[in-house]
Amino acid sequence: MSHDAIRRQVVGRGIPLPGTDIDTDRIIPARFLKTVTFEGLEEHVFEDDRLQVPDHPFNHGLYRGATVLLVGQNFGCGSSREHAPEALRRWGIRGIVGESFGEIFFGNCTALGMPCLAVAAEDLEWLMKSTAQHPDREILVDVENREVRVAERIIPAMIPEDHRNQLLTGTWNATVVLLEAGEEIERVAKSLPYVTGY
Amino acid sequence: MAETLLDKVWRAHTVRMLPSGQTQLFISLHLIHEVTSPQAFQMIREANLKVRFPERTFATIDHIVPTASQLRPFGDVLAEEMTVHLVRSCKEFGIHFFDLDSGWQGIVHVIGPELGLTQPGITIACGDSHTSTHGALGALAFGIGTSQVRDVLATQCLALAKPKIRQIRVEGRLTRGVYAKDVILAIIQRLGVKGGAGYAYEYAGPVVEAMSMEERLTICNMSIEGGARLGYVNPDATTFNYLRGRPFAPQGEAFDRAVACWKSMRTESGASFDDVVILDGGSIQPVVTWGINPGQSVEVNERIPDPADAPETERTAWAEALAFMSFEPGQRIGGTRIDVAFIGSCTNARLSDLRAAAEVARGRKVAKGVRALVVPGSQAVAKAAEAEGLHEIFEKAGFAWRNAGCSLCLGMNEDKLKGREVCASSSNRNFKGRQGSPTGRTLLMSPAMVAAAAIAGEVTDVRKVLR
Repeated sequence: MSHDAIRRQVVGRGIPLPGTDIDTDRIIPARFLKTVTFEGLEEHVFEDDRLQVPDHPFNHGLYRGATVLLVGQNFGCGSSREHAPEALRRWGIRGIVGESFGEIFFGNCTALGMPCLAVAAEDLEWLMKSTAQHPDREILVDVENREVRVAERIIPAMIPEDHRNQLLTGTWNATVVLLEAGEEIERVAKSLPYVTGY
Repeated sequence: MAETLLDKVWRAHTVRMLPSGQTQLFISLHLIHEVTSPQAFQMIREANLKVRFPERTFATIDHIVPTASQLRPFGDVLAEEMTVHLVRSCKEFGIHFFDLDSGWQGIVHVIGPELGLTQPGITIACGDSHTSTHGALGALAFGIGTSQVRDVLATQCLALAKPKIRQIRVEGRLTRGVYAKDVILAIIQRLGVKGGAGYAYEYAGPVVEAMSMEERLTICNMSIEGGARLGYVNPDATTFNYLRGRPFAPQGEAFDRAVACWKSMRTESGASFDDVVILDGGSIQPVVTWGINPGQSVEVNERIPDPADAPETERTAWAEALAFMSFEPGQRIGGTRIDVAFIGSCTNARLSDLRAAAEVARGRKVAKGVRALVVPGSQAVAKAAEAEGLHEIFEKAGFAWRNAGCSLCLGMNEDKLKGREVCASSSNRNFKGRQGSPTGRTLLMSPAMVAAAAIAGEVTDVRKVLR
């Protein structure tokens, strides 16, 4: 595996985005999916929310350059569009810390080498407040040790072992790993009843 | 030990265990559409890879197709470009494409089952979260992102962790005017929009067993709205009868052999589940959403709840939803004025859905000022509906009868809400902005309830019309 692909930790400033059940339609509205590439999606990240809420964190110059996104429960639920994590990544986000995540979104983030870690509600509340008060403060998202570190505080975090493994070994591009099975794929295919005409 | 369908299908399709702890799972059927595949094809080209099993991928266009006129080139240049891309990629890699002139084009989750591509005991993937729909036939069907579309194209496999299973038993019998849509909305109301995270939902019990295949498709379709990536129903005689004679189903003696195989895929009695939830089907009423996620719903004769009564973790979300929808706590959902009525989507645009809506629309008129449209889920659905004159019932009542596509479910084509319009919709998501207007408002309900709302001009109990 390429050494560059290893994701032990993400370090950077945070951007707090309160709210629960923020779906992928809100992260990137469907009209921006009318494209055959992912280019330029960062310009439209949260576009409708940003227009309706002038105070939206993604409108603040204060948070420009942030790399760690802080979110609430069930972030990224809904549509499977990888345009959502791509829009965030292209905006500059490299890791997400939240209470919980939509399952497909979570997998899509890992597939882009962007770790999502879950923390307890009260820790998240503190993280959001502390980041709003000290936007310049660095947050360390530690995939290896399953924790988030800010100033002196160490917050325990959760990431499923399989995703953690993929990030730590740089094997989150699953195509490369799946190809290694070689002819074993054809062997399994030939054992399946519908492949052999039942 | 007694096994579940999930256990059996998972085991049969396991290629190997991966160092990460995930399973390398062989994917029987890959469905693609124009929105989430172009970047994946590009990655395949850039990495100099081949499509490993081109005969196991099938394509159509659904999200961006206009539903009024489908003459090429499309008026929308971006939609045209996406279509051209998909056609080109399919040609380049030898993938079967159900084009507009094929007679089989339609929403990917409608055409899979109707073509007989979707079968019991297989694994399915599609770059679309509503892939859970196909579980209705006893398949394991995963909604995936574009990187995973690339994985499947290149290897016909996915790297996945095996989910837990929650069996959801719906006991008793549904009452008249209550549909599959109400059942799944009631399930999501009870378990929440994140309750299914990490789970596959196995739908069971007398209500589900009595359901037609199309009703089961509606239930499984919205598993993802409950947070569950997949949902399934054990295959039975309803499944086998549905599949018999379909173009891609096994034919002749092979069909009988297939049925024997499919029967062996069922969850065995005595199998254990990680969780079991039981609902009384007889007490389910027509459901309408009042908020901005599909779990925020009430029975049609109930009042919109007060955030003050919400569980503490939901209080802010309820208040945000009420503010967006311009609803007051305690207001009755019945009587809410609507501007648009939409019957369509991968949830509810099959023949039986259109029949249920037509039963309500027959001999009645859409209320003044309401824009109403019926969008069949596929060309085959449209043809069957037209053969029995459903289009005439709708058109006489004042509904527009359109061509197949995703339409107003998601605002990627010409069908969109305008401004703060309120839409009674048979689709699956009431997210902010979902129907194409950032401030548009969606009320999810069954197709019959949408038809009743179209005629009354406001949310109304369809049972009053059916009586």
